[in-house]
Amino acid sequence: MPDDIWVPIKLTIELATISTLALLIVATPLAWWLARSKAWFKEAAAAIVSLPMVLPPTVLGFYLLIALGPDGPGGLIASLWGARTLAFTFTGLVIGSILSSMPFVVQPIRNAFAAVGDRPLEVASTLRASPTRAFWTVALPLASPGLLTGAVLGFAHTVGEFGVILMIGGNIPGRTRVMSTAIFDFVETMRWREANLLAGGMVAFAFVVILAMTLLEKRFTRAGA
Amino acid sequence: MKLTALVAALAASLTSLAAPAQADVTHVAVAANFTEPAKEIAALFKQKTGHEAVLIFGASGAFYTQITHSAPFEVFLSADSERPKMAIDDGFAVPETVFTYAIGKLVLWSRVVDVTSGEAALRAGNFQKLSIANPVAAPYGTAAVETMKALGVYDTLQPKIVQGNSIAQAFQFIDTRNAELGFVALSQLHGVTAGTRWEVPANLFSPIRQDAVLLKTGANSEASKAFLAFLKGPEAKAIIEQFGYALP
Repeated sequence: MPDDIWVPIKLTIELATISTLALLIVATPLAWWLARSKAWFKEAAAAIVSLPMVLPPTVLGFYLLIALGPDGPGGLIASLWGARTLAFTFTGLVIGSILSSMPFVVQPIRNAFAAVGDRPLEVASTLRASPTRAFWTVALPLASPGLLTGAVLGFAHTVGEFGVILMIGGNIPGRTRVMSTAIFDFVETMRWREANLLAGGMVAFAFVVILAMTLLEKRFTRAGA
Repeated sequence: MKLTALVAALAASLTSLAAPAQADVTHVAVAANFTEPAKEIAALFKQKTGHEAVLIFGASGAFYTQITHSAPFEVFLSADSERPKMAIDDGFAVPETVFTYAIGKLVLWSRVVDVTSGEAALRAGNFQKLSIANPVAAPYGTAAVETMKALGVYDTLQPKIVQGNSIAQAFQFIDTRNAELGFVALSQLHGVTAGTRWEVPANLFSPIRQDAVLLKTGANSEASKAFLAFLKGPEAKAIIEQFGYALP
């Protein structure tokens, strides 16, 4: 396979893997808090997390371009290692992907935590399990289908991200040119054979993801029933 | 009775809506670098002829693909001469209607470093990111690469290059200072006082001839033909020149 097809595929998988891991780390406690907290501003926080689901990627891309740049917090972080901006970097793409995929990960995990309910945790506490222990040994295993769904959706959504990456990536081969932007490039430059190859791969990938999700869900509901 | 009257009234109002047949609408696909002059020309065009030119802005490469897939454009103002020619060769445009409406000028522009010395600034390399338009899809990107090659700095600068999908995005990267400097179209700096600039000598890159062509979809559209005629006229030419293009 030629490099200009293989390199974007590899980069996309790397980006999606790292973003998904980061998403799980951030989204799980957030979803737990959203599912359990009684704070009055909870739903406002949930709405903020869900914003990327509704906003066009261009809005996120535009704000990110400024936030990652020398005038924003991204520039400040980048200055730690002598760079001026986080735009055009792999790190920048990871940040963008985490923000834009967050609602797709938080939502199923939150639902799963909510479905666990108070009862198993109360039982755990009567058995003298500390809240932390109850979380790790009771809530998390019970919510694991939700975590899996969140991980799959987060991964898939990151693979499918286009607008944000187009706006902050700078199209650098091997660093920020991922599959979705490579396809755009191939179409623009009339290399339709390559575009077809990548686009067809994406269709197959999306099909497998959705099918796998449905089958997994079925299995879990059956196991739960 | 009443119903018939109502229907008649409705029919009358519908015909009156469709009535102004002389004032036509044309859809013009405009290369991103020509955005500002195109807006002024379209406004003047409406004032003078009553026709309305609806402008769609984007990268020439993307437009070409859309045109080959029956996009609803009647006129194509490309950023190069290659794509209008291809549109004719592939049967999407009317052959004898193609002409050069502007010749682009390339500028090195920065809001962070001093680029007035041009070549020396590129050679010194006191920057991390240099923004250009995608050289395969956008003519100003090609011209930028040609310039750097002509100056013999392309190989050293290549790792620092970031690409915008169109020249508009290349500008955006520099304007937000995410890239310290980059190559843009002189027309984009119209009215911009910020930063420093260096106009690239025309002998460093092959001329950016921007061609316009009437698409087959507009072959029978009065407004489309009128727009192209207007683009060739003295009023449009004055605007084009004022925005920093050379005329053929």
